[in-house]
Amino acid sequence: MAYSDKVLDHYENPRNVGSLDKNDPQVGTGMVGAPACGDVMKLMIKVNDDGIIEDAKFKTYGCGSAIASSSLVTEWLKGKTVDEAYAIKNSAIAEELALPPVKIHCSVLAEDAIKAAVADIKAKQLAAAQAA
Amino acid sequence: MSAVLENLDLETKVELATHHAERDPIYLDYSATTPVDPRVAAKMIPFITEYFGNPASRSHPYGWTAEKAVENAREEVAKLVGADPREIVWTSGATESNNLAIKGAANFYSAKGKHIITVATEHKAVIDAVRELERLGFAATYLEPEPDGLLDIEKFKAAIRPDTVLASVMLVNNEIGVIQDITAIGNICRENKIIFHVDAAQATGKVDIDLDNLPVDLMSFCAHKTYGPKGIGALYVRRKPRIRIEAQMHGGGHERGMRSGTLATHQIVGMGEAFKIAREEMAVENVKIRKLRDKLLHGLQEIEETYVNGDLEHRVPHNLNISFNYVEGESLIMAIKDIAVSSGSACTSASLEPSYVLRALGRSDELAHSSIRFSIGRFTTEADVDYTIQLLKSKVDKLRELSPLWDMFKDGIDISKVQWAAH
Repeated sequence: MAYSDKVLDHYENPRNVGSLDKNDPQVGTGMVGAPACGDVMKLMIKVNDDGIIEDAKFKTYGCGSAIASSSLVTEWLKGKTVDEAYAIKNSAIAEELALPPVKIHCSVLAEDAIKAAVADIKAKQLAAAQAA
Repeated sequence: MSAVLENLDLETKVELATHHAERDPIYLDYSATTPVDPRVAAKMIPFITEYFGNPASRSHPYGWTAEKAVENAREEVAKLVGADPREIVWTSGATESNNLAIKGAANFYSAKGKHIITVATEHKAVIDAVRELERLGFAATYLEPEPDGLLDIEKFKAAIRPDTVLASVMLVNNEIGVIQDITAIGNICRENKIIFHVDAAQATGKVDIDLDNLPVDLMSFCAHKTYGPKGIGALYVRRKPRIRIEAQMHGGGHERGMRSGTLATHQIVGMGEAFKIAREEMAVENVKIRKLRDKLLHGLQEIEETYVNGDLEHRVPHNLNISFNYVEGESLIMAIKDIAVSSGSACTSASLEPSYVLRALGRSDELAHSSIRFSIGRFTTEADVDYTIQLLKSKVDKLRELSPLWDMFKDGIDISKVQWAAH
């Protein structure tokens, strides 16, 4: 498998590995993929009162490009608004990492993880607003 | 290792060893192929340059010298496996031997019946030869082995039909190294007048083979897994009782008409020498290899959630196939690129197909994907094994730190019961 230097860099030195407190009302969690398919991504974002993503952490079970895709998006997410995050497309991830065609699904999974995490934080915010 | 080195942490040790090993990865893939033993190479070279004659040339000393070398090698191959030299037919390797045996015997004896029995964990050269016969009107049964990789003799018996003409069962499995009970299977074949073929490509120099006393009719060999050259193999064809096969390669009538084609003298000389060395040294060599394998096994078993694939008792000492749970196969292979091993996962394909052998054992896709085959050989050292253990400990640990599945496992969540979103 001929991987780009960027994939290898993220694989060797993954950024923002870890977890945030899933019970924190400011934290949204997205878990996508399935073990039998060979990849599972867990992405967590912490969103401040201004709607800006302050922190992002990931854990990924998967191939080198799945690890690199999720590591890359944690870098991209920090400082973005939730809506900007939601607009990130898999094609941008695939392009940045120069993913080979058989690995495009890894970038799709990373986009799905962002969308799942954003949906989770919005659901939490809605629940909090309704409770208030 | 010095006291200073012993006090270093794991990561630093691996870093040091990695730096040391920067030239070439450590070779632990002897079941894929072996290096040609230097003693074998030295014997081969004169037959490329000096003694270049065609062994089929009967009218001059060039031919006579080559023929003598070929017959000498035939004797060495026969000696290693307890056969008569006249029962050895040269081929290009085990794939050709398997094809010649299976298609050759099935076609010759097809009037007796058109049903073949084999095992789901056979090498593709057997499975695909049988599939080709199915396409031509034969019927086939592919027996599933037990979870330990061994064939249940009762299931073999139950698969026999009145029209069963041929059975093919390998002696040593290439992926998991388990040894099938070919004596028991062969005896059943004899009782039922079924031709019995055995693929022994992975067995020579690892287990004793005495065809004089084994109920086997056809047996495939190759040189390159026993420190000989690639591109040469042999098929044993029993003379008493005489087994007939239809030639698959037609031409000058070489090898008693069973396999035409000018003999590759230098390759044959190499196979003869390699098998001679195997006969002389295997008893001592296997003791050394077993020690190394057991050391590797115990070292790797210190890692949590590892699973050995295949029975450990009925197994050649050269093989260790082990799955590392909650770690994905391709990322594991990337992480351990300083050792040369095989993976149970064909990750280069888009479909991400796990090993069909491990699937046949009933392993889950995840465990099949995360399996590594370590195969040890003549030139493996204790330092190689020590390095491998440290490397695996460190890299599996690192990948598990990254793995959400490992977190879930540590939190006591049963991953098989989680509802995963399809994608």
